[in-house]
Amino acid sequence: MKYIEPHAHMVSRVTDDYVRMATAGCQAICEPAFWAGFDRSSADGFYDYFCQLTEHEPKRAAKFGLAHFSWLCINPKESEDVKLAEEVVEIIPKFLGRPNVLGIGEIGLNKNSRNELRVLEMHVDLAARENQLILVHTPHLEDKLKGTRLILDVIKSDKRIRPERVIIDHVEEHTVKLVLDTGMWAGMTLYPESKCTPARAIDIVEVYGNERIWMNSACDWGVSDPLAVPKTALEMRRRGHSTDAIDKLVYQNPRKFLSQCPNFRLP
Amino acid sequence: MTRQQVLDLYFMDARSKLIDLAAFLDRLDRAEGEADFRLNGFHKAMQELGKTQPERARGVLLALSDPTTEPIPNATTKAACGAWPGTKG
Repeated sequence: MKYIEPHAHMVSRVTDDYVRMATAGCQAICEPAFWAGFDRSSADGFYDYFCQLTEHEPKRAAKFGLAHFSWLCINPKESEDVKLAEEVVEIIPKFLGRPNVLGIGEIGLNKNSRNELRVLEMHVDLAARENQLILVHTPHLEDKLKGTRLILDVIKSDKRIRPERVIIDHVEEHTVKLVLDTGMWAGMTLYPESKCTPARAIDIVEVYGNERIWMNSACDWGVSDPLAVPKTALEMRRRGHSTDAIDKLVYQNPRKFLSQCPNFRLP
Repeated sequence: MTRQQVLDLYFMDARSKLIDLAAFLDRLDRAEGEADFRLNGFHKAMQELGKTQPERARGVLLALSDPTTEPIPNATTKAACGAWPGTKG
């Protein structure tokens, strides 16, 4: 079975994970910029991180036949410091011409603060000016509903942004319809303890349909599973979903969205 | 899937989680000291399980969500705790 991992933080994973993912049928991995687990002290730290995402990590993935793509931004968890965010947003255009860059992400909100909103607007403006795809992180747990609403308001209010070029990630049962009703794409993150389990993700597809939606592992340095997507495909098979239905969700849908960026080419 | 098939596939897993939930509440009862807003949110969310509409998962998530609409002045923490502090007991 072929699949695309549209959201994984491979800088936090060991090389064995690349081996496992390639063995399971992964064709490409897309890596959004995220929070390292600690706050970086300057824009120089982000410069180095963006080099890692656009130079080093693609080489590491290529050793196992995997295409590697990246998204760039300052993550919402570091967006309370607006001055730092401005400096980081300023250096992002230097990297947008690199061959594995897909767009701006994962931007969004974490605690739904005014500064986070301001930095989100800066990123949306950058994406509009540079004609980039957008990947959005929605907040965790009790903050997700409110954050999703605020994020959708920001994006909808910028008329330069076409909804079909935006994916809102980490949707759950209480936010998926809000997202799909805007014409944007929805991402479901498969986590062992929070976000969606495989069974719930399949429930969401059965209830809300399989258009403009994908699944990802969002594996990082926390509790997460880099094989969550193929495991969910297996769960779909147990429920009697057809091979074509599984292929659409784990391969065709992410390929359709990501192919809007000319840099996205599969081997 | 038929209801029979859903039961065949998921009953044992759901049964296990149901017992875990009950054991968690028993554990809380045995413990000493005051609980906090998370338990209020938990009890509010559990009410959704007894409803007959097929949107219980959404209802549980909404019961545990911040229902306000205005951004907060500033973020004083990065973490979420799973329930909204404003939930009344």
